[in-house]
Amino acid sequence: MRKLLLASIIIIIAIVYIGRLSYLQLLDNTNKNPLNDTAINAVYDYPERGHIYDRNGELLVANQPSYDVMVIPREVKPLDTLEFCALLNITKEEFEKKYKKARIYSPRLPSVFVPQLSKKEYAILQEKMRKYEGFYIQKRSLRHYMTHVGANVLGYISEVNNRDLKKYSYYQSGELIGRQGVEEEYENVLRGRKGVKFIQKDRFNRVIGPYKDGVFDTLPVPGKDIVLTLDNELQKYGEKLMIHKRGGIVALDPKTGEILALVSAPSYDPDLLVGRKRSKNYTELYYDSIAKPLYDRGLNAMYPPGSPFKTVNALIGLQEGVIDESTTFTCYHGYRYGRNSFMGCHCPSGTRNNLRRGIEASCNAYFANTYRRIIEKYPTSAEGMNAWEKHVESFGLGNYLGYDLPTGQSGKIPDADYYNSVYGERRWFATNTLSNAIGQGEVLSTPIQLANLTATIANRGYYYTPHIIKEIENDTIPNKFLEKHQTTIDTKNFEPVVQGMYDVYNKGTASLLRIPGINIAGKTGTAENFTKIEGERVQLTDHSIFVAFAPVEDPKIAIAVFVENGYWGSRWAGRIASLMIEKYVKGEITRTDMENYLLKGSLEEEYAKPLSGESFRINDGKTFVKWPEKEVIKQPTKKPLP
Amino acid sequence: MSDFLKKVDWFSILLYALLVFIGWLNIYSASFTGELGSVLNAETYYGKQLVFIIVSCVLIVLILSVEAKFYERFSSIIYLVSLLSLLGLYVFGKNVNGATSWYAIGGMTLQPSEFAKAATALALAKFLSDIQTDIQNPKDLFRAFIIISLPALLIIPQPDPGSALVYAAFFFVLYREGLHPMYLLVGLFVVVLFVSTLLYGTIWVFLGCALLLGLVYYFSKKKKKKVSIPQLTIILIIATAFSYSVNFIYNSVFEQRHRDRFSLWLRLEDDPLKLNQIRKTIGYNTYQSESAIGSGGFMGKGFLEGTRTKGNFVPEQHTDYIFSTVGEEWGFVGTSAVILLFSMLILRLLFLAERQKSAFSRIYGYSVASIIFFHFAINVGMVIGLLPTVGIPLPFFSYGGSGLLGFTVLLFIFLKLDANRINEWM
Repeated sequence: MRKLLLASIIIIIAIVYIGRLSYLQLLDNTNKNPLNDTAINAVYDYPERGHIYDRNGELLVANQPSYDVMVIPREVKPLDTLEFCALLNITKEEFEKKYKKARIYSPRLPSVFVPQLSKKEYAILQEKMRKYEGFYIQKRSLRHYMTHVGANVLGYISEVNNRDLKKYSYYQSGELIGRQGVEEEYENVLRGRKGVKFIQKDRFNRVIGPYKDGVFDTLPVPGKDIVLTLDNELQKYGEKLMIHKRGGIVALDPKTGEILALVSAPSYDPDLLVGRKRSKNYTELYYDSIAKPLYDRGLNAMYPPGSPFKTVNALIGLQEGVIDESTTFTCYHGYRYGRNSFMGCHCPSGTRNNLRRGIEASCNAYFANTYRRIIEKYPTSAEGMNAWEKHVESFGLGNYLGYDLPTGQSGKIPDADYYNSVYGERRWFATNTLSNAIGQGEVLSTPIQLANLTATIANRGYYYTPHIIKEIENDTIPNKFLEKHQTTIDTKNFEPVVQGMYDVYNKGTASLLRIPGINIAGKTGTAENFTKIEGERVQLTDHSIFVAFAPVEDPKIAIAVFVENGYWGSRWAGRIASLMIEKYVKGEITRTDMENYLLKGSLEEEYAKPLSGESFRINDGKTFVKWPEKEVIKQPTKKPLP
Repeated sequence: MSDFLKKVDWFSILLYALLVFIGWLNIYSASFTGELGSVLNAETYYGKQLVFIIVSCVLIVLILSVEAKFYERFSSIIYLVSLLSLLGLYVFGKNVNGATSWYAIGGMTLQPSEFAKAATALALAKFLSDIQTDIQNPKDLFRAFIIISLPALLIIPQPDPGSALVYAAFFFVLYREGLHPMYLLVGLFVVVLFVSTLLYGTIWVFLGCALLLGLVYYFSKKKKKKVSIPQLTIILIIATAFSYSVNFIYNSVFEQRHRDRFSLWLRLEDDPLKLNQIRKTIGYNTYQSESAIGSGGFMGKGFLEGTRTKGNFVPEQHTDYIFSTVGEEWGFVGTSAVILLFSMLILRLLFLAERQKSAFSRIYGYSVASIIFFHFAINVGMVIGLLPTVGIPLPFFSYGGSGLLGFTVLLFIFLKLDANRINEWM
C-alpha cells in the first residue's frame, strides 16, 4: 500500500494534466484563429472603389485622396504647439484633448489625430510635417462627387457600425461601407476585395516580419466601375424644377425599364456627406423631420394613386369584356349607388361618356359603372374581387417591384381576403369597395409603381422591372432586369386607353400643357391627404399627381410626378412632367413660359400652414381648416442670464 | 566495465536523453531570433544550454566512474558542504532578479540550491537506512525533519520559496519508509482547510468539519472503535481556529500579489470583468502561457513557427515557462508526449528504487523520483493554469546550467547505485 501511493499520484496527475491540455488545445477554440492571435496583425490593403457613370458616360462619382494626421504618442518630441495648432486649425485645448485620447488608446500604436484634411490644408502642412516627430500623414480614399444631384440614387459611404460588423464577417471596425442608393445596392461590386498581409509582432507590438513568409497574404481586387441608367442632365433638370416643392419624379425608359431620373425633393448635395463635415451634415439632414431630405419620396411615399388608376380599371373592363370602346354611361354629376351613397363627379348632370371621353374627362361615374360590372360579372363579390386583384397585380402594383435600390414600399391592392376580414365573409359587395374604381380607398401605390404602370400602358401590355444599373465593368447586369413581364391584358385592349390618355393632353384636363412636336399621352390626378395637428385629423391641400408617356407612337419615356399639396394634377405635376418629357426627347425647352412658372413657383407657404398654429384655408381657399382648439401648454420662457 | 554497461538502466538514460534533447530544441525555439548562427554561440541561451549539456555528459561519466560506496560513505560530508555553500550565499552571493541565490564564478553563475537537493537526499537516505534509526520513534522522526528542513530554511530567505517548497517532496519518502499516515492525513486536511476557507469562508468550514467529524463518530461507534466526543470537539475547535487564522493571514499577512495569485487560481473574484483584468495583469504569465498552449491545437504550429513564442509573449519562456513552447509548436501531441515521458521516467525510477536490495539505495532512489515528480507536477501545473504561480524549473527542460547539472547529478548517482546493486552482496 505504502509503495503504491506515489505511483498512483503520478498516474492521476498525468491524467489530470492531459485532460486539462485536451481542454486547452482541443476543445477551447478561442486561441486557434490566427486573426485572434495577439502575435499576428492583419494589415489591409484597400483597393480603389469603383467609379459611377451616368447613361451618357458622364462621370458622376470618383475618388479623392484624403489626408489624416496620425500620431504615435511615444515618438512625439517637444514641439511648437502653437504653430502646429495653427496649421491644423485647432485650439490648444483641442490639441491636448486629442493627444491625451491617443495616449490612453496606446502610446505605441498610431491613432488618428486630425481626420480628413482638405487638399489645401494638406499642402500647407506637408512641408512642415518633418518638424513634428511622432506625427505623420496617412492617405485615405474618399468619394469625390462630380455632380450635385441624385444624392438619393447615389447614396454615400460611411464607417461600418456594430450591426454591420455582426452581419458581415468581411468588415473590420473602421472600414467603409456603402449606404443607401447604389453605394449600398452595389457595395460588393464597387468595393472590390481588400488585400491582407499578416505580420508577426512581438509583445511590444513591434513588427518582426511577415507571418509564415506571407503564404496567407492576398492581393487586393480593385472595385468595378458601374454605369447607371440615370440621365444626369434630366436628373439635374428635375431637381431644379422641384425647388421649393416637395414630392417625387420617376422617369423610366418603357422599352427597357431603365430609370432615367429619380428625383426626390427636397434633396441635398451628395458632397455634403463626404469628409470631415459628413457627420455634422448627416445629423442635420437626419433630424429634419419636416422636409425629410433623406426620405426618398419617389420610392417610399405611398398614396392613393387617384385618377391615373382609372386607366387600369378601363383595361380590366375591356379584358373581362364587361365594356367595349363604345360602351357609354350617363353621369349624373356623380354616381348614386345606395340610399345614402353618392360618389361626386365634376361632369355636368346627364353627360353621356364613352370610354375615351370617360378617360379624357376623368369621369368618376364612368369608372364606378365599369368597376361594378367587373366585380359583379362573377357569382360572388369575392371571386370578382380576386379576379380584379389578379389583373391589377400583373401591372406590378401591390407588391415590391424588385428594382435595385435598397428602399421601397409594396403599395397595396386589396383582395377578397382583405374585405372578408373587414366586413366578414359574404357580407360585402362591389359597392362597399367602389372607391377602388377611382384609385382611392384601399388602393395605395408609390410613384415608381405609377411610373411603371405608365410604362406598361406605353408598351401596350408589358414592362421590364425598373432598374438603375446599366453596365458593370467586366460583368453583366442581373438577368431579372432583362425579363419581360406580361400583363393579363391583351395588347389590342390598350389602344382605346392610350387614345383616351392622348385626348387628356389634346382636349381634356391637360390641354394647356401640350409640347409642340411631341405627342404625349397622360393622366392627371389628385389625392386627398390628411395630417394630424394636436392629435386631430386635419385635411391639407390635395397632392398634385400626373403620369405621362411620349411619344405616343414610339414611347421613349414614361413618367410619374407627384407634388405634395400641389392641388390639382395639371397645376404642378403635369407641367413638370411635360417639361421633363421635352427635355429628354428634344434636349431643349421651348415652353419657357411653363418653365418660368415652375422655377418661380413655390409651395413653401402651403407647407408652412399646418405648422403655423393658426387656422388656414386649403385647396385655394375653398376649404377652411380650423386650428384644433386645444389648450397649448406654454413653454416656460427662459430667463435671460444676468 | 562491460559488466557495468550491462547493468546500468539504459531505459532511464534513454528517457533522460530524450527529455534533455526535446528541452534543448524548445529552448532553441524560444530564444531563436531569426538569424541562423552556430548552435554553440555562447551569446544565446540555446548555445549556453548546449555547453551545459556537454558538461553534463562529462559529469555523468565522472559520477558513473566513482565507486558506488563513495556516495553513501561521504553523504554526510556532501550534505555539510552543501549547507555551507547555502550559508556562504549570505556573504558571497550574487543578486539576480531580486534573489541572492547564485555564486558568480568567472562568467558563470552557480546556484547551490539546485545541488542541495541531491545532498539532502543522500543525507536522508543515509540517516534512514541506518539500522539504528526507527522512523516510528518521534526522536528519529524529528531528526529526519531537521535534515530535510535545514536546507529549506536556508533557501527561503534568499528569497526563493519555490525552491524550498520542493523539500516537501521528502514527505513521500518518509511515508514510504513508515511515517504514520496520520501525518499525511493531517497535511492533506490542512491544505483542504486552507483552500476551502478561502473559497467558502470560516462558517461553512466549521459546519463542514462538524458534519465530517459527526460522521467519523457515527461510523467509529458502529465499528466499536473508541473515538471520544471531547477528542473530536478539540479537533473541531482547532480546525475552526485554523480556518479563522487563515482568513487573518490571508488578509493581513499576505501581500496583495500573493492574494492575487490565489484569487486567480481559485477564481475567487466573481466579477468576470475584474477577473479578466487580473488575468491580464497579475495573471499575465499564466494568461499568455494558456493562450500560447491553446493556440497550438492538436498538431501544433511546427518547430520555430510558434507566433507567440517568436513574439516573446510568454515571459520566462526559456526557463520556467518552457512547456508553453512545447504546447504552441508541438500541440497536444507534443504536450501529452512530454507528460508521458516524465511519468514514465518517474515510474521507472520508483520501480528501480523498489528493486534495490540496500535501504540506502532505495531511499535515495525514492527521493530522486519524488523530487523530479514534485518539480514536474508544480511546474506543468502552473504553466497550464491549474496551480498558482510558483517559480521552479521543469527538470531537464528549463534553461539553466545549475538546474540541468543538479538534476543530472541527482539522477545519475541513483543510476550508479542501481547499476551496483548486485555488487553490494560481495
